[in-house]
Amino acid sequence: MITAGIDIGSITAKAAVLNDGKILGTRVLFTGYNAKQAGRMVLDELIREIDMSMDAINAVVSTGYGRNSVDFADKAVTEITCHGTGAHFIDPEIRFIVDVGGQDSKVIRIDETGRVLDFAMNDKCAAGTGRFLEVMARALEVDLDAFGPLSLQADAASKISSICTVFAESEVISLISKGETRENIIAGIHDAAASRISAMARRVGIVPPVMMTGGVAKNIGAVRALETRLETPIRVSPHAQVNGAIGAAILARKL
Amino acid sequence: MTEQNIADLEKEKRKIKSVAKMKEIMTTYYIEAKTAAESGKKVAWITSGGPVEFLIAMDVIPVYPENHGAMIGASKMGVDLCEKAEEMGYSRDLCSYARADIAAAPINGGPIGGLPRPDFLVCCNNICGTVLKWYEVMARYFDVPLFILDTPFIHKEFSPAAKKYVIDQTYEYIAFLEAQTGKKMDYDRMHEVSRLAVEGLRLWQAVLDTAAHKPAPMTAFDAFFHLALIVTLRGTQTTVDYYRQLLAEMEQRIKDGIAMVPNEKYRLLWDNLPVWYRTKWLSEKFASHDACLVGDTYTSAWSGVMDLIDPDNFIESGAVAYSSVYINVSLDKMFDTLAALIRKYDVDGLVMHSNRSCKPYSFGQYDLQKMVMERLGIPTLMIEADMVDARSFSESQIETRIDAFMEKLKT
Ligand code: SF4
Repeated sequence: MITAGIDIGSITAKAAVLNDGKILGTRVLFTGYNAKQAGRMVLDELIREIDMSMDAINAVVSTGYGRNSVDFADKAVTEITCHGTGAHFIDPEIRFIVDVGGQDSKVIRIDETGRVLDFAMNDKCAAGTGRFLEVMARALEVDLDAFGPLSLQADAASKISSICTVFAESEVISLISKGETRENIIAGIHDAAASRISAMARRVGIVPPVMMTGGVAKNIGAVRALETRLETPIRVSPHAQVNGAIGAAILARKL
Repeated sequence: MTEQNIADLEKEKRKIKSVAKMKEIMTTYYIEAKTAAESGKKVAWITSGGPVEFLIAMDVIPVYPENHGAMIGASKMGVDLCEKAEEMGYSRDLCSYARADIAAAPINGGPIGGLPRPDFLVCCNNICGTVLKWYEVMARYFDVPLFILDTPFIHKEFSPAAKKYVIDQTYEYIAFLEAQTGKKMDYDRMHEVSRLAVEGLRLWQAVLDTAAHKPAPMTAFDAFFHLALIVTLRGTQTTVDYYRQLLAEMEQRIKDGIAMVPNEKYRLLWDNLPVWYRTKWLSEKFASHDACLVGDTYTSAWSGVMDLIDPDNFIESGAVAYSSVYINVSLDKMFDTLAALIRKYDVDGLVMHSNRSCKPYSFGQYDLQKMVMERLGIPTLMIEADMVDARSFSESQIETRIDAFMEKLKT
């Protein structure tokens, strides 16, 4: 059975097409202002890429903040459930997921079947999200993709004490003017984000093995900072960014 | 009959008929309060947890700024007034009831054109410390006397010294009222008012208890609405009569098998104040998942202490009762109350509103959440919002949390 999952996030739209537990392809696109159109487009591009027709797809599940605007989906399921299902599919040992996306971060505890046991979301504040890192990268005039590797070269992470993105930005600027190295500042930024996420994770109760998903999982610096804070190794799958879409496609099989 | 007609009929059947009477009582009450000066009556503003019985016995019309705050929230005027208060210099961290009410006073703002001017104020800090400053501000603004009843926080037990402290203040309160009204307290009347207060509380609790029935004839959202009388007119015959009528209606609904949520499958308990400007959205959201909020910690807070009140010795027993309200006690005691409600209503989950405004209610919620999950094995959901200030409510984020929580309950 061929199924598709579409995950419309605040910054990117993701699609995954599966055939009975085998990933046929995935795709990521910028969401833009029209979530409805983004859902259609990302799937269109993906099926063209894998040389398939829309008719071949038996069922579609949408997820993410834009889940209800995907009008051709058979069902909308929250990203919490989809991330649980996706992570379990990729690595059945996983019991805890840290998902850091563009505008929120969440932690999810799952059981041995991928069922969600508990979750928490940080959505009131940009600290500890992709947006936070983006703003900081701009303040430092560093390309976001270089953030991870650069932070690994730090000799001591700077202390960023503000929990608010706006204040943290001015803190970063004053660190720059004090002559603190870019590497140390970036490491400090990752640690600030990780400390936020770890507080939330501890509230839910960390059960290893832990997987990190979402776009920020591509940032090795963020992953390392989180490992230190959570005091446990973190597994990152090559499908980290499309984990929710994969979960949605798996759930579509049950429709 | 068309499908639409049937759906409309079903909806009509589920409506609580007593609502009309309730609205009538509240309208009459506010008209009386607003025309008090003409009828020669005194008006006192009082906190929701304050001992109103003494005012009723002295024929003073009690007015509740917090109830006013709730009305402002429900009529979606909260953001505007909160912003006005912030322009006046009040912090956004201040309770939105206080902000809305402080901003409404000078401009007669809000859905009823402002509250009637008080002759004096009565502030009891059994609910929070915010009310102290809020009432001081109001006392200065209106240039009227303020009586403060200080109820010590109960960590483990209410010591004899604390009890004496509150009882002594109760006598001072009576003396204050006698000075303000220029007449002596009629203790026979006071006794009658106490009796009616307890009767009202018992009836209110009985109304809430009907939701223990499966399916529930009413939800917490209905309780939020019908609560106003036990707060504002406790100790009057009107309240007793009304709740008797409401109770009869609920019992009849149970007999007729009328449920508030058509396909009640999941029963949930609500913690903290309502999100006044979103009650409809929230109730529909939960109902769309066949979930019914059957009970809550908020509306039962008033009746929660009724067993402590002895109408024959109201002054002394009332002092203990007023000090023992839900948010003036330790987390362990709050947990006991919560656990009892969870058992009584036999719920599948607990929904906690982490309310930016109400610190005493929201502080410790994460610990309570943990206790409930660990000791009772009940799933919980935390929603971050504010009771009046809609700027703290993010629809899509709250929707995701509720949907995810319900997905979890369903699997
Ligand atoms: S802080 Fe809480 S208890 Fe105090 S007035 Fe505001 S809502 Fe009421």
